[in-house]
Amino acid sequence: MSIHLQNVSVEIGGEKIIDHVDLALERGTMNVLLGATLAGKTSLMRLMAGLDKPTSGKILVDGADVTGVPVRKRSVAMVYQQFVNYPSLSVYENIASPLRVAKVKGDELDRRVREAARILGLEPLLKRQPSQLSGGQQQRTAIARALTKRADLVLLDEPLANLDYKLREELREELPRILSQTGATLVYATTEPLEALQLGGKTATLSQGRLVQFGPAGDVYHRPNHIESARVFSDPPLNELPISKTAAEVRFADGSTRPAIGTLARIADGNYTVAFRADIVSLRAAWPQSLTFSGEISVAEISGSESFVHVTSPLGTFVCVEPGVSTLQPGQRVDVHVDAARVFVFDSAGALVDAGKAS
Amino acid sequence: MRRGVMPRVMLIAYLAMLMLPIYWLINLSLRPNEDIMSRMALWPHHPTLEKYFFILNDPTWVHAFGVSLTYVLINTVISVTVALPAAYAFNRFSFIGDKHLFFWLLTNLMAPAAVYAMPFFNLYYAVGLFDTVWAVALAHCLFNVPLAVWILEGFIGGVPREIDESAAIDGYSFSRFFIRIFLPLIANGIGVTAFFCFMFSWVEQLLATTLTATNALPFAAVMTRSYSVSGMDWTLLAAAGVLTMIPGAIVIWFVRNHIAKGFALGRV
Repeated sequence: MSIHLQNVSVEIGGEKIIDHVDLALERGTMNVLLGATLAGKTSLMRLMAGLDKPTSGKILVDGADVTGVPVRKRSVAMVYQQFVNYPSLSVYENIASPLRVAKVKGDELDRRVREAARILGLEPLLKRQPSQLSGGQQQRTAIARALTKRADLVLLDEPLANLDYKLREELREELPRILSQTGATLVYATTEPLEALQLGGKTATLSQGRLVQFGPAGDVYHRPNHIESARVFSDPPLNELPISKTAAEVRFADGSTRPAIGTLARIADGNYTVAFRADIVSLRAAWPQSLTFSGEISVAEISGSESFVHVTSPLGTFVCVEPGVSTLQPGQRVDVHVDAARVFVFDSAGALVDAGKAS
Repeated sequence: MRRGVMPRVMLIAYLAMLMLPIYWLINLSLRPNEDIMSRMALWPHHPTLEKYFFILNDPTWVHAFGVSLTYVLINTVISVTVALPAAYAFNRFSFIGDKHLFFWLLTNLMAPAAVYAMPFFNLYYAVGLFDTVWAVALAHCLFNVPLAVWILEGFIGGVPREIDESAAIDGYSFSRFFIRIFLPLIANGIGVTAFFCFMFSWVEQLLATTLTATNALPFAAVMTRSYSVSGMDWTLLAAAGVLTMIPGAIVIWFVRNHIAKGFALGRV
């Protein structure tokens, strides 16, 4: 089914949790809600599920207004961040529970439960109680329960956030495949940009209860329409530098100047913010068009097979990604090279001026 | 305990102090009256079960025992049944005055039962409930329902709301969800609550004796009457006392695991 949130807002105690969001999800698509904690992802999902009512605005399902329709009457399934199962029922009964409520019986019930269990690798565990399962298995059970219902709308609220690293990696690879088989309209909330890219489909970036951008994941990633969208879709954090451009030169906050190259060559004179993700910042080689800054290494943290290196300079801190385990020591002086052809330029209000090479 | 005798000694001393009154009661119940009056004995030298047989063969005592058990069980069932939805509402919903109402319920526990004895007596006499097991069972709800709401509310708070929501999303009707999913989750809490209701109702005497005359005379009332009639029959009273403790002991035996978990989890 298609679901359309029409200019919805949610206020709790005078505080706007959701601020005039207008979002239309098409039938059978994967939609990722990407945003930091408290950005409004869960609130939006609760609206879509019918668990909460918007303070203002409408929710349309296949064109029909369902704003006041209670959750029991909707065709929705939801997977929570916390592993929510029915502790008093076995894994089999947990998965079967929506079917039993829908009065599916006998062979049909058994077949559908076993099918969901097979897809999620739960077959050997069907007789156990949820408390006897590991976190990953509990979450698989919750996902199986959501799938077996064959709801038109499946909501997944950071389903992998509470899993340990290895399981998360594993399920993250499996999930897109599993979910694509359902044919349901999928909504997947996450704080992690990488998940949004892996899941594909469309991505909606959220910030402080507002929808910033909605479009195909690649488009949103490569052409953030607003600096907030780029911030949300960046891990490690987006590097941002205020600049002012005059003729062929850009001046940075510390008074230093660099030639206006790459993206910077194309923009009109004025004040901007130039922003770039860590992957186009390098400590090793210069890019064909490089903006070079010098600084001092403050932190080098290892993240899986990569290292995030934080470099402090008079302009602020840069974060860059280095392959392998970094041998750089804090305090070491280094040059930082930014690929000028791929930086984003935003105006002083945060709107995109130029998305660099991607555009 | 891995080392030292002190902890062991302390534990044994503590248990001895706990058990002493109970032991003394049993001791008394097994000794003839003349023996009790004439000397102090640490154990019964000529044990006799005479008074136990007397009580168990006397219809007045047996009937009173049945009466007490009946109103206690009725009260426990009513208290838990009424308190469950109330506790759920207090925990899950917010409505105007919810906190005040919850506090007001608790204040019912603070007033001494004697305050209510007279109005209950008058009211029940007027509506024809006087001297029935229902009179006592309903009167005891006065303090057992708030207590049950309070205990259950703590347990219900321990069940994540997401479970309620998941059930709603799965399409469960509220009643089906409540019975099939929710109640098993708070089974420990229900066990603990039922236990406390049972105990408070079982030991309460004032309302029980005030609101009954002959038909529904509770066990405790028969006890108090027996010594006013025939002087002090120590052995009989002690035997009756021992018998009074038995239902409580049986209940504790059955719910001991629930209570252990309940103490760890909830609001006891």
